[in-house]
Amino acid sequence: MKAGIILFPGTNRERDMALALHRVTGSKPAIIWHGESALPAGTDLVVLPGGFSYGDYLRCGAMAAQSPIMRAIAQFAARGGHVLGVCNGFQILIEAGLLPGALLKNASLRFLSMDCHLKVERTDTPYTSHFQPGAVFRSTMAHGDGNYFADDATLDQLEGEGRVVLRYCTPGGEVAPDANRNGSSRSIAGIVSPNRRVLGLMPHPENQVDPLIDGTDGLPMFQSIAATFATA
Amino acid sequence: MKAYVTVMPKNGVLDPQGKAIGHALAGLGFAGVGEVRAGKVIELELSETDPARAQAAAEDMARKLLANTVIESFRVEVR
Repeated sequence: MKAGIILFPGTNRERDMALALHRVTGSKPAIIWHGESALPAGTDLVVLPGGFSYGDYLRCGAMAAQSPIMRAIAQFAARGGHVLGVCNGFQILIEAGLLPGALLKNASLRFLSMDCHLKVERTDTPYTSHFQPGAVFRSTMAHGDGNYFADDATLDQLEGEGRVVLRYCTPGGEVAPDANRNGSSRSIAGIVSPNRRVLGLMPHPENQVDPLIDGTDGLPMFQSIAATFATA
Repeated sequence: MKAYVTVMPKNGVLDPQGKAIGHALAGLGFAGVGEVRAGKVIELELSETDPARAQAAAEDMARKLLANTVIESFRVEVR
């Protein structure tokens, strides 16, 4: 498969994402500078990795969402392309209007750098097919603005269309307020586009793909991606 | 001329920053402070000389970039 990871000024998780994708898919992703106006021909998956693009100026992801490459990514997504946004990448997808809602400052006002547990709400997406239905997995969060917000009508629509893919939960899988550390509406950690090909999530599954470094809890997400494009 | 774009969190959108400022003011002994909301002002220097056109241009900028209208409201003042 051919993955492209977008590099904005202030992106800092592109190497971890590249290692995770390389490890699981066997092919090395291209690193694409945000000033490019086109994606490499034959790109299967675009990844917007974590970091602090443009120093989080104005609003997290707001400046990056205006980068030249984002126009190409919007067209790619409109043609049915697969786009994954992690952490700052999720913020950029939202600011670019590719996913609905907003990400507010964490309710606690604190930057949260800690483990979290995620409940997989559906396994029929290109990113979650290798999880067991109802699976709970451990991941990591590292963000100051991860408090997912949308008005009630949008939240109801997301729920109704089954577009909430990941929710914060306890290690036992209970979606409880205590496990929702950033205060997200309805404990939402990750959502997809109507065609389920654009996924945005705040936690970092790419942190957990190596048994020697914090375990392999995030591996099924990358195995799902590999499987999606192995059959494509 | 200058346009001042004031961006504020919408009513109903959690504003933890405003809340924290409110707590700090109470801690300093300022009584009688109700809800505190924190936003920002963006000052734009515009070459446009017609106030109505400057206003329209700044509002367009606010909608496209300066404010996220999902969570923020804005108002433009041209001087």
